[in-house]
Amino acid sequence: MDVLQLVISGLANGCVYGLIALGFVMIYKATEAVNFAQGDFMMFGAFITIWLTNTDFVGLPFWLSVILAILIMGVFGYLMERIIIRRMFGQSQIAVVILTIAIGFILRFLAGAIWGHDPLSLESPFAGKEVRFGGLVLGADEVAIILVTLLLTGSLFVFFAKTKLGLAMQAASQNQLAAYYMGIPVKRVHGLIWGLSGMVSAIAGILFAAKGAIDPSAGLLGIKAFAAAVIGGFGSLPGVLIGGLIIGLTEPFASRYIAAGYSQIAPYTILLLVLVFRPAGLFAQMQKKKV
Amino acid sequence: MAQKPVLDVKNLESYYGPIMAIRGVSLEVRKGQLVTVLGANGAGKTTLLKSISGVMVPQKGTIKVYGEDLTGAEPDVIVRKGLVHVPEGREIFPLMTVEENIAMGAYVRTNKTEIAQDREMVFSYFPILAERRNQQAGTLSGGQQQMLAIGRGLMAKPELMLLDEPSLGLSPLLVEEIFTIISRLNKEQGVTMMLVEQNARVALSVADYGYVMEIGRIVMADTSANLAASEDIQEFYLGVKEETQRDQRRWKKRKTWR
Repeated sequence: MDVLQLVISGLANGCVYGLIALGFVMIYKATEAVNFAQGDFMMFGAFITIWLTNTDFVGLPFWLSVILAILIMGVFGYLMERIIIRRMFGQSQIAVVILTIAIGFILRFLAGAIWGHDPLSLESPFAGKEVRFGGLVLGADEVAIILVTLLLTGSLFVFFAKTKLGLAMQAASQNQLAAYYMGIPVKRVHGLIWGLSGMVSAIAGILFAAKGAIDPSAGLLGIKAFAAAVIGGFGSLPGVLIGGLIIGLTEPFASRYIAAGYSQIAPYTILLLVLVFRPAGLFAQMQKKKV
Repeated sequence: MAQKPVLDVKNLESYYGPIMAIRGVSLEVRKGQLVTVLGANGAGKTTLLKSISGVMVPQKGTIKVYGEDLTGAEPDVIVRKGLVHVPEGREIFPLMTVEENIAMGAYVRTNKTEIAQDREMVFSYFPILAERRNQQAGTLSGGQQQMLAIGRGLMAKPELMLLDEPSLGLSPLLVEEIFTIISRLNKEQGVTMMLVEQNARVALSVADYGYVMEIGRIVMADTSANLAASEDIQEFYLGVKEETQRDQRRWKKRKTWR
């Protein structure tokens, strides 16, 4: 039972990493830029939800504030692209990377200035509840996280494979010039992708905050999510989710069975191994940018 | 003529940084015409098309579509106005299926029944695409990718199709096949086309009217029959040569064009 408990909490953590990593990958696939502020987007989304929900602040009903927070982060992501990132169009990738790192810093201090640097937790309907499943006792928050993540990944997968806008986003990432020639408004598509990834990171933030306390520096776990994205191959959405789960599962086992000083490096050890033996990631789209 | 030309380009100038790639080009395409622009490597043909389709912004001059000034508009606006650019080197979406590629061609359209009809029309002209509709486009052969690029362009139901070097890198047999289809599309479906080519022989055989470009300028303009008959074209683009003193004459004749 003990092991199963670890597995479940690892999966729940991994789902949050996976969702942040999804944000990384969506933006990378469509625009060739990596948004290193993705973790901080997650943190910001979480704080907005806490601010809207908790009785110390606005005190709206939980579901209403969840929807509001997701929308706010969607608009936030869209405007981020529209106002800041678009000006970097045509600049080197490194410039965009540094810019997004800076945006991450700003968000972190902004959150600290508004909501303080102490950990806060979200007053969610799942907190403290339990789900009995056979002989297992699982936290309702953990079950909710896993279900929401599966649902979200599934719907994103369908969105990219079946809808016109999703296909256009794929097209813009596979051949930007040809997308222009087909009348796909590439710049607007980029803005929408940033919006979408802001929404996904808000969901990740809500799940994270529902599971435990969050403080402004929580965005730094975006680095672990980045590792998850690399392990997953930075291309396929399900692959990235699995990358997140691998990192998530590694952590609780490592901290349980490996000496304290070494357990924290376990996720990065896996990252290193993947980079050495499968440099393109576990589920890479191998032929991606060849043509 | 009463009707305004589909495309009316006046004194267009485009630069790559400090390099002037197009030095004042004027040309016209009328409805139903198949107009070709001939020229060697680096003459500025592709730049001309890119400037027309909005991927490059020209420094000077105007581009009018049915009299409406579209100089410097965003590419998606220009596609909505009915100009579609089939790029050189078959820029398809490699990881998407043939059918998805074709669907992307109709991105600016909304009427589903018309789109479905046009897809069937594309498949009837390019049966091989129908056969491979679920295959990843990147795994098609060069000729099939070119067909896909043309088919995808047709899906926008263009008023004017800008075709950039459809013969590039294809075997003579395939070139023949593709140009036959291009000519049929022009005659049977009434697609107005502007065809940019290095392969003058095959381009003149299908076109109504032709322009010759050299170093960013139009140096000749005439009906394709007259162009094909002209001595200069025969010598420099069609490879018909008289035995004597070819090198010396080439210099002289070229100079008079500039």
